[in-house]
Amino acid sequence: MGSLIHAVTLDKDKCKGCTNCIKHCPTEAIRVRDGKAKIIDERCIDCGECIRICPHHAKTAITDSLEEIKKFRYPVAIPAPSLYGQFKGNVSVDKIISGLYGLGFFKVWEVARGAEIVSKVTERYLKEHDLPKPVISSACPTVMRLIRIRYPELVDHILPVDSPMEVAAYMVKEELAAEGYAREDIGVFFISPCAAKFTIVKNPLGKEKSNVDGVLAISDIYGPLLEKIKEEKMNKVLQKSTSAGIGWAISGGESRLIKDRRHISVDGLTNVTRVLEDAMMGKLKEVDFIEALACSGGCVGGPLTVENPFMAKERISKLSEGITGELPQVSAELADGFVYDKPITPQNVLRLDEDMVKAIKKMGEIEEITEDLPGLDCGACGAPTCRALAEDIVRGKADELDCIIKLRENVSGLAERMVDLAKKMPPSMNQYEKRER
Amino acid sequence: MTEGKSEITPIELFFEIERGDFVRAGEASSKIKKKLLRLGFTGSTIRCAAIATYEAEMNIVIHSLGGSLKVKIYPEKVVLVAKDEGPGIPDVALAMKEGFSTAPEQVREMGFGAGMGLPNMRNCADEFEIESREDVGTTVTMVLYKGG
Ligand SMILES: Nc1ncnc2c1ncn2[C@@H]1O[C@H](COP(=O)(O)OP(=O)(O)O)[C@@H](O)[C@H]1O
Ligand code: SF4
Ligand SMILES: [Mg+2]
Repeated sequence: MGSLIHAVTLDKDKCKGCTNCIKHCPTEAIRVRDGKAKIIDERCIDCGECIRICPHHAKTAITDSLEEIKKFRYPVAIPAPSLYGQFKGNVSVDKIISGLYGLGFFKVWEVARGAEIVSKVTERYLKEHDLPKPVISSACPTVMRLIRIRYPELVDHILPVDSPMEVAAYMVKEELAAEGYAREDIGVFFISPCAAKFTIVKNPLGKEKSNVDGVLAISDIYGPLLEKIKEEKMNKVLQKSTSAGIGWAISGGESRLIKDRRHISVDGLTNVTRVLEDAMMGKLKEVDFIEALACSGGCVGGPLTVENPFMAKERISKLSEGITGELPQVSAELADGFVYDKPITPQNVLRLDEDMVKAIKKMGEIEEITEDLPGLDCGACGAPTCRALAEDIVRGKADELDCIIKLRENVSGLAERMVDLAKKMPPSMNQYEKRER
Repeated sequence: MTEGKSEITPIELFFEIERGDFVRAGEASSKIKKKLLRLGFTGSTIRCAAIATYEAEMNIVIHSLGGSLKVKIYPEKVVLVAKDEGPGIPDVALAMKEGFSTAPEQVREMGFGAGMGLPNMRNCADEFEIESREDVGTTVTMVLYKGG
């Protein structure tokens, strides 16, 4: 598997070592050690839950800085449709796009248009292939990671089609190359609501290399972009996307474009987990397609957004009302190019031991230790639950005395023994003591 | 003292299943699956274990008076035993037919009773055995081999 690069990280200086994050991490990927939180990289799915919950803002996502765009002669912005829901008042899509030009981009190519292409490719793929039901959308990288580590039996349900971001990046590079610009001078930057997108650009799904050269957080460019939008006087028509593509920013936006099939859309990790559990047990056979987004409300609720997701959702709903215009024509050749070259594989990072016999033994030990722990799930040991501590102990990563209750039992046992020991004096001294009295 | 393989104690799980308890149905399946994942079982075994235990749970919930599910996990295999206290299946061969179901109307309205439970269990398990006696009960035993 190699080392896993991923976006969500800790700012050590800000971390107070409280246990808020360990309790909220859906994959139990955080521990507190030596007074600081520590993310277990191979378990992190970049959902951003800890970024949202940390009261000290010690959790951040690695993304690129706006400075990076200067490294390319022709920097291109590909904004996620969720960006359009981030502004108060009547800020049109055209204004937002011209604001991006104002920030120094040479070209802006909307990911919403990529989404429209993906919808077409999906329609075609579902017609021509018989994937096991329900087919699961591959648009959300957090959900993809969740499936790969926790639902290996569902990997072949995943729709092996590139994300709107990848498609947009590819399209704009091709367009510019056709116009005669040198490929090495083109740098494509995704304007992202999402931490996991950074990770997936570094470790792409289904292909060797991503077409995206950098990922900028909406929250990072928001201030400068707002300035540019305010300065902008001209009112040129720049928007090329339609309501169909923009709708992808909210939950339901992808699945509503899937015609004549039964589909459900689910958002928020807890809900996604529930649906995946059902799919795993074979309960969802009558569903053809599942759109599953890790963030509440969809990408408008992404951890790198600025605006309250409910307001953002309301704006996107307005922008995507109805489905105006036709989806773009996509040639068969182009469509096939957006299908994964590599199969999606499970990533079993949870296994206790490579050797099944040892794994079984370890699981037995975990049960025993769990039985013996107080069952408070208090988190003071730095693990989210008593069971998680038991597992850490068996994995050799923690000690039973990390449990403060256990420590206290041990200390009081020790104190009793000390009292006992103190009473046991050498006979000679005993007599001396007696005489004193 | 050591007898080779018998030295490791298999992981054992036991779940009581009550008649008519639709709310908790699926819990056993979900828990078993989590264990298998941590033990390093792969996709196909996990898929079958999850589906087969869910179907077995549902059959006990819907068709029986109540029963239990017992799971034993060995390094090379998973053994699932679903057992109930009756009423038993009068014609097992018929019950095994795809699409055959005696599920009552209100259960079908809830989306159950497609008559595919037993056939699906048999199809995905490496070994499948069903034993049923009227008024006594039904026992379904399934063995899944690792990577099988
Ligand atoms: N544990 C059981 N006790 C009694 N009858 C059962 C049991 N399991 C299955 N059956 C009978 O076998 C039939 C077929 O079962 P199954 O294939 O699971 O389909 P379904 O549960 O959808 O009806 C059931 O309708 C029922 O009549
Ligand atoms: S819902 Fe959207 S923003 Fe959130 S993790 Fe998934 S792709 Fe990223
Ligand atoms: Mg059944």
